[in-house]
Amino acid sequence: MKLTLNIWRQKGPNHPGRMVKYEMPNVDEHMSFLEMLDVLNEDLIHKGEEPVTFEHDCREGICGCCGFMINGLPHGPQRGTTVCQLHMRQFHDGEELWIEPFRAKAFPVLKDLMVDRGSFDRIIAAGGYVSVNTGCFVDGNAIPIEKQNAEMAMDAAACIGCGACVASCPNASASLFTAAKIAHLGLLPQGQAERDRRAVRMVAQMMEESFGYCTNTGECEALCPKGVKIENIARMNRDYLKAAITYREESAPAGGS
Amino acid sequence: MAINLDAKIPSGPIEQKWNKAKFEYKLVNPANKRKYSVIVVGTGLAGGAAAAALGELGYNVKAFCFQDSPRRAHSIAAQGGINAAKNYQNDGDSVYRLFYDTVKGGDFRAREANVYRLAEISVNIIDQCVAQGVPFAREYGGVLANRSFGGAQVSRTFYARGQTGQQLLLGCYQALERQIDEGRVQMYARHEMLDVVVIDGRARGIVTRNLVTGAIDVHLADAVALATGGYGNVFYLSTNAKGSNATAIWRAYKKGAAFANPCFTQIHPTCIPVSGEYQSKLTLMSESLRNDGRIWVPKKQGDTRAAAQIPEDERDYYLERMYPSFGNLSPRDIASRAAKRVCDEGRGVGPGGLGVYLDFSDAIGRLGKKTIEERYGNLFEIYERITGEDPYSVPMRIYPAVHYTMGGLWVDYNLESTIPGLFVLGEANFSDHGANRLGASALMQGLADGYFVAPYTIGNYLAGIKPGGVDESHPECKFAREEAENRVKTLLSIKGKKTVDEFHRALGKIMWDKCGMGRNAAGLDEALPLIQALREEFWQNVTVPGSGGEVNQSLEKATRLADFLELGELMVRDARIREESCGGHFREEYQTQDGEALRDDDKFCHGAVWEYQGSEQAPVRHVEPLSFEHVHLTQRSYK
Amino acid sequence: MSTIAVGGINRTALFYQSVIGKKVIMAVTGFILSGFVLGHMIGNLQVFAGPEKFNAYAAFLQGLGPMLWVARIALLAAVGLHIAMAVQLTLLKLDARPQAYVKKSALVSTYAARTMIWSGPIVAAFLIYHLLHLTTGHAHPDFKPGDVYANFITGFKNPAVALFYMVANILLAFHLYHGVWSMFQSLGVSHPRYTPILKRLAQLYGIVIGLGNVAMPMAVLTGILTL
Repeated sequence: MKLTLNIWRQKGPNHPGRMVKYEMPNVDEHMSFLEMLDVLNEDLIHKGEEPVTFEHDCREGICGCCGFMINGLPHGPQRGTTVCQLHMRQFHDGEELWIEPFRAKAFPVLKDLMVDRGSFDRIIAAGGYVSVNTGCFVDGNAIPIEKQNAEMAMDAAACIGCGACVASCPNASASLFTAAKIAHLGLLPQGQAERDRRAVRMVAQMMEESFGYCTNTGECEALCPKGVKIENIARMNRDYLKAAITYREESAPAGGS
Repeated sequence: MAINLDAKIPSGPIEQKWNKAKFEYKLVNPANKRKYSVIVVGTGLAGGAAAAALGELGYNVKAFCFQDSPRRAHSIAAQGGINAAKNYQNDGDSVYRLFYDTVKGGDFRAREANVYRLAEISVNIIDQCVAQGVPFAREYGGVLANRSFGGAQVSRTFYARGQTGQQLLLGCYQALERQIDEGRVQMYARHEMLDVVVIDGRARGIVTRNLVTGAIDVHLADAVALATGGYGNVFYLSTNAKGSNATAIWRAYKKGAAFANPCFTQIHPTCIPVSGEYQSKLTLMSESLRNDGRIWVPKKQGDTRAAAQIPEDERDYYLERMYPSFGNLSPRDIASRAAKRVCDEGRGVGPGGLGVYLDFSDAIGRLGKKTIEERYGNLFEIYERITGEDPYSVPMRIYPAVHYTMGGLWVDYNLESTIPGLFVLGEANFSDHGANRLGASALMQGLADGYFVAPYTIGNYLAGIKPGGVDESHPECKFAREEAENRVKTLLSIKGKKTVDEFHRALGKIMWDKCGMGRNAAGLDEALPLIQALREEFWQNVTVPGSGGEVNQSLEKATRLADFLELGELMVRDARIREESCGGHFREEYQTQDGEALRDDDKFCHGAVWEYQGSEQAPVRHVEPLSFEHVHLTQRSYK
Repeated sequence: MSTIAVGGINRTALFYQSVIGKKVIMAVTGFILSGFVLGHMIGNLQVFAGPEKFNAYAAFLQGLGPMLWVARIALLAAVGLHIAMAVQLTLLKLDARPQAYVKKSALVSTYAARTMIWSGPIVAAFLIYHLLHLTTGHAHPDFKPGDVYANFITGFKNPAVALFYMVANILLAFHLYHGVWSMFQSLGVSHPRYTPILKRLAQLYGIVIGLGNVAMPMAVLTGILTL
């Protein structure tokens, strides 16, 4: 099939960017979207031009590296699919596509379609864990966990940290990402001791990173390649509300002694 | 040059070796730990776990990964599960049995003491991960669920749907982020290691390139741990992530770390077949699918009928036929070779005849679609997305693909390479899987090395040295940095006609054809000059656009490929000399009458350990003899 | 190290500063206002019962004395907080995505959800006009203090005024259509089984309010209600 691509080209973080048009005369429907871009890049290199920078690694939909907007939707039109798993049979001959990076203040563009998602790591660092040192454990079966809770925790933990939720949100909110971790750990007995602290700190960090707020539009849930649900956001709100009322401030400043 | 291949295996009965070692290791006083620094390269299960655990202990850790976040390491893609000798199923499992299975599954080319330790630690890993909040699958009673996996007759595999690697890695990543927050670990994401700095015979640091700014820097520490994964991407097409590379271990090899068993590569039997020239990577379908799927091809050659049109008696369920007791659950190397054999006979299915069916219709009939969906739903979705075919109604097509490399840097029992102070963890080392790795054992080894072995052994090393003592003005630092800078400059200045990917595909083709699933002397003899010629052409005719001072993905690929082009040659040399078949290394000249791997224990019951001799000379092959006191050398049989 | 410092911050300030805290205030004030809107509509539908009943209802409200002022102040405070949060959150939103997409599509979000920021201010403007129009009479040419029914009819005789009321109330219905469910979500009320039902009920709530409120000016315009 034949496709016309409009791709956002931006040399670096402090450079202006613009859409550049590329014609793809010969796209195989069995190619993945990234393989289609590989073909374009090989062609650009042969012509002495710079290839399009885009992030990717595992190319099997789990590492969360890849992701950009295709026609205004993160990861493109197929639900539950990362762009590396999106195949060209989802498009039709003669289609024109607009490809641009995820946009949010907290995701600055590094080059072309590549953005910096370090803000996500910092949200996790603020409390997205269970504070157990290596070796501090009891037998794995010592604490039974209700199957349903384990499944719900797994549903939330399936988040790959790609940033599609932020990209799709009209407010560039990271609520779904943050809530997924709060819900995952909050649903398990191991996560109870730090539940309040986790909610307070992670939400505070989310704001610190300049993400927007949640208006419950549900776009994130619909576009999440892993189907993480917005009921996790309600859970986060609940945990946060409770923590805001009962949480005792730390005596030592956050960040250790 | 003398190379010390003392494995430092503790004396005493195998059950007590690790305890004895732990007791004998020297300790660093808690107050002194913060004076020592450790560099950890790679943040997968092995590296992430090691960095977190060392941080928890109080050392100053610098962790490096080339991805944008430590959470992206390729451990994340492991689907099926992690083994542990918990015996929760009461089905006769034990540490000893896991040890036995692993040594036997590795075709007797691994060190018994290391494998025993791995089996012993496996039980702690599960407990540790549960404590971190890893959402393992559970039964209705709230206890952990298990499934069985290829090559084992007990159910000892723990799993989190089809995303076990992801969940274990996230547990480890969260532990790491906690240490980052506490200031014990400094994280350097988007940094690629380009070289190791060796000063006075000890590993003292690394040279890195910042993949955003292009800056090339030296980082120093008291010890360096490499957990940079395997080198399967030497084949271009593999199940590895696109970024997975051998640069860290290859540079260490060139600085004096011996490389063991480079030819031991694992070909995974259940991957989605290649669909076209543009193919950029291969996608694994978890081996767990073989629990319920039946593998078959038509009995007739060149049968082009659709699967459903082929009657039952014209199908050849060849694994069930050839290996009645293990059937579809035969170990990976055996299942892969069997698939190749039936395809070579002209009975393969799908485009190009390079595929076999993995059929769930029996299981769906027996268990219902809902159960199958619960067990494998996400895998079926992946398959459908990639191929456009619905595996609930049409059998999956699968074909073997390069998946894992058992070879790696040689390490002793303490995971220390032949360069003092350079530790190698996880897939990057050669230690535990011999010539073939069993399913669900890679996650186990990565976490064992990272959480439970390296923190002890690195501590023992540090206790014997004084912290600090060098700075970046040392001539070795300057030299290593300049060398790395010059390589980058050279690659950018060639401005030839062919792209990096074109060279990489060419290398992959040579490796797959001559040093892939089946190898023979003639093919390997041909491969060597082909690789050398390709390498020469690469350095004269590659084109790398852009500059070195910015994000430049072509340059990243080029620096990685430059090392693969050298590593490929060593793999071929190793495969050529090992005149036997064992595990993933199948020399066509050495097979039984039934076509099974034929080991030669008299000549090759050893690890082949290669020592670099400079670019002008061929490397020297040393051996580390292996003795099997507990698991007796037998012909592997899965019949 | 993360840059947050939870220790030492006043708890109320922490809550107020957080996006979730703001959304909670939004939800609680929204809850009060949507309750008021329902009561207001039911009360005013008595206009269909004739002038005596309607004027009696008005007189009853006036007779509440100090209670009326308590309610008025509470409602005013709710409106004030609701708007203040909306302004703050909008500023946050503008800050969170300084560079807009060249092309952006929406997949599931309703028109109502995406236009809260427009339906809100228009309803607010309407509210001011409404108070001046039918409560104080400043914007009513034929205002007769005490005769609420007459003011009602003469007010809506003007088609432009009636139209404005109808448009504003349709927007209010949109606002409620998304807002009523949204406030439950913001308060953390969610359950896989009940949330879909709740969402439907919330949408129904918006539709009922919209229909009820539009019915009144419509009835005057069409001559169903006359002096």
